[in-house]
Amino acid sequence: MTKRQLLMKRYIFPVALAFSLIVGSFSAQASEEGGLPHAGTNVQDQASLQRGAKLFFNYCVGCHSLKYMRYERIANDLGLSEQEVMENLNFTGAKFGEQVISHMPEASAAAWFGKAPPDLSLEVRAKGADWVNAYLNSFYLDPSRPVGWNNTVFPNASMPFPLWELQGLQTAEMKQVEGGDPVVEKLVLSQPGKLTPAQFEQATRDLTSFLEYASEPAALQRHHYGVWVLLFLAFFTFLAYLMKKEYWKDVH
Amino acid sequence: MAKVFTNIGNWINERAPGMAPMYRAHMTEYYAPKNFNLWYYFGSLALLVLINQIVTGIFLTMNYNPSAAGAFNSVEYIMRDVEWGWLIRYMHSTGASLFFVVVFLHMFRGLMYGSYKRPRELVWLLGMLIFLVLMAEAFMGYVLPWGNMSFWGAKVIISLFGTIPVIGDTLVEWIMGDFLPADATLNRFFALHVIALPIVLLLLVVLHIAALHEVGSNNPDGVEIKKGPKGNRWDALKPADGIPFHPYYTVKDIVGVGFFLMIAAFIIFFAPTFGGWFLEHDNFIPANNLATPSHIKPVWYFTPFYAILRMIPSLFGTAVWGVLGMFGAIALLFLLPWLDRGKVKSVRYRGTGFKVALGFFVVSFIALGAVGAGVTAEVIPEWFGNVDVTFWENLFGRLMTLIYFGFFAFLWAYTHFGWEKTKPVPERVTTHD
Repeated sequence: MTKRQLLMKRYIFPVALAFSLIVGSFSAQASEEGGLPHAGTNVQDQASLQRGAKLFFNYCVGCHSLKYMRYERIANDLGLSEQEVMENLNFTGAKFGEQVISHMPEASAAAWFGKAPPDLSLEVRAKGADWVNAYLNSFYLDPSRPVGWNNTVFPNASMPFPLWELQGLQTAEMKQVEGGDPVVEKLVLSQPGKLTPAQFEQATRDLTSFLEYASEPAALQRHHYGVWVLLFLAFFTFLAYLMKKEYWKDVH
Repeated sequence: MAKVFTNIGNWINERAPGMAPMYRAHMTEYYAPKNFNLWYYFGSLALLVLINQIVTGIFLTMNYNPSAAGAFNSVEYIMRDVEWGWLIRYMHSTGASLFFVVVFLHMFRGLMYGSYKRPRELVWLLGMLIFLVLMAEAFMGYVLPWGNMSFWGAKVIISLFGTIPVIGDTLVEWIMGDFLPADATLNRFFALHVIALPIVLLLLVVLHIAALHEVGSNNPDGVEIKKGPKGNRWDALKPADGIPFHPYYTVKDIVGVGFFLMIAAFIIFFAPTFGGWFLEHDNFIPANNLATPSHIKPVWYFTPFYAILRMIPSLFGTAVWGVLGMFGAIALLFLLPWLDRGKVKSVRYRGTGFKVALGFFVVSFIALGAVGAGVTAEVIPEWFGNVDVTFWENLFGRLMTLIYFGFFAFLWAYTHFGWEKTKPVPERVTTHD
């Protein structure tokens, strides 16, 4: 066996095998979210996060807290001033350094909706950005539900749809299944809202991005430092390799 | 300056004359075979990860709150409000998974090159004890963030002891200190995770290395360099094929460390959850004894053993067989030095039967991992459409379980009855890089 063949057999093959296993397991995992459309969020896009924050504080914070998120942190990470945040985003009367806590009393919320609205600090980490984004796009009118709304991604969700004035009203076209209850075939926009469908899609993407950021604010730092750490390590490994070669010159 | 160091050295030497010889015996005058390959990086990498886990663990305990009410919040506090807390936590969580990656590869190296064989049985046994303690350590660490998967994982694993006849239920209560995993469970797991098991682990690691240095390292050729010709550049009485561990293997291991840290850093900075494999989605939901996650499964490194547990059916009205199978899968590894009677160590010179069996063993281990992680339950309907998933998953999983145990049975028979046709082993080590 030539030296190259030996190298092939001893190193390249196991490394390739390990790599393909890792990639394989990743793709198996990726399919876990069950074929939901890709959310296309990007936490690096500060403008998108700012628009998402605006939507969150206008439409969501009435019921949902971000109990692990502080106003000050949002200001710093989103490039906003204290004044901007306190005047435009903080409607709860909290101090700048305090967390985002909804004013809705939990006990009455549970009575009103059947279930207290969950804290959304970690929603994207728990469910995935694709799920959250799809959920926000899948509300439809359903008079049989207590609050009049239903959702195809999360059937029988107890949440009414606060973004309806932006998206408009969706209704479901039902399909009869043999020997079962009718199922939703597709959702149609029966009454347009303030935004066009494309604009609304962007709006939910912004909102999902903001929630993704809120579920892991450290992601911004990770990406920032990660590149430098890897560059340093590559340089370090290169030097270490040269040192090894030098020391091993006399081993035959 | 150099004079200061010399003086300090002399000062210590006068008071502890045994220290310098010990340093020489384990570093500069420990002669390791010169033909180590890629597979020989994982021992030193395991040590590196152990140190990382201890150091990051210390910093995590400074802000972690080991109570059912506060644990989950304190982890998020570390992730958001503690300076560099996110980095420390990701180093610890990624380190846990990478610990198992390097340990699995380290153990596979032992299988491949017969490192468990005479005279290294004790090294192997101590290594297996390390593996056992490491699994307990990882399991308890996984419970500490008190996410929903922590809670349900703890419940399922502790309940395994409930299958033991007669004392099972009492034992489960005794372990948990409650009827469910609760505050008491979390408190004791914290104590065991941060103090008891790390001390045991460190002691075992010291013994593992001491036992190794007593007999000397094996190598990819499975040649005993101590039995070969004597005399090298440093010592006329030491093995000709040996080179001093320091500086040769220290500088070489640093290269391995560099590559390893690049992989680790890539995960820490760009994929800390590793697609839900290192940190699971359901563990970002606080522990809730009223809401069961849709799929309860352990972290990836336990999935092969978990699959064996699931695949072995209940018989005679008890589910204890699965538990026995799971622990048996680990116990058999302990017995490897006595099951394998073959005289030739390295796979390079062993019979074809061994090579094929080892290949099947690796495939069964990975396949069982996939079954345990729920990958098969997902891909079977995807690939084969509308079929009975449970039936096919059980068939596949049981076949793989048979192959896993079959490896040990085959290895014993193959070597015991002299069926193995080995190739001649060279007198000296062959290549080095």
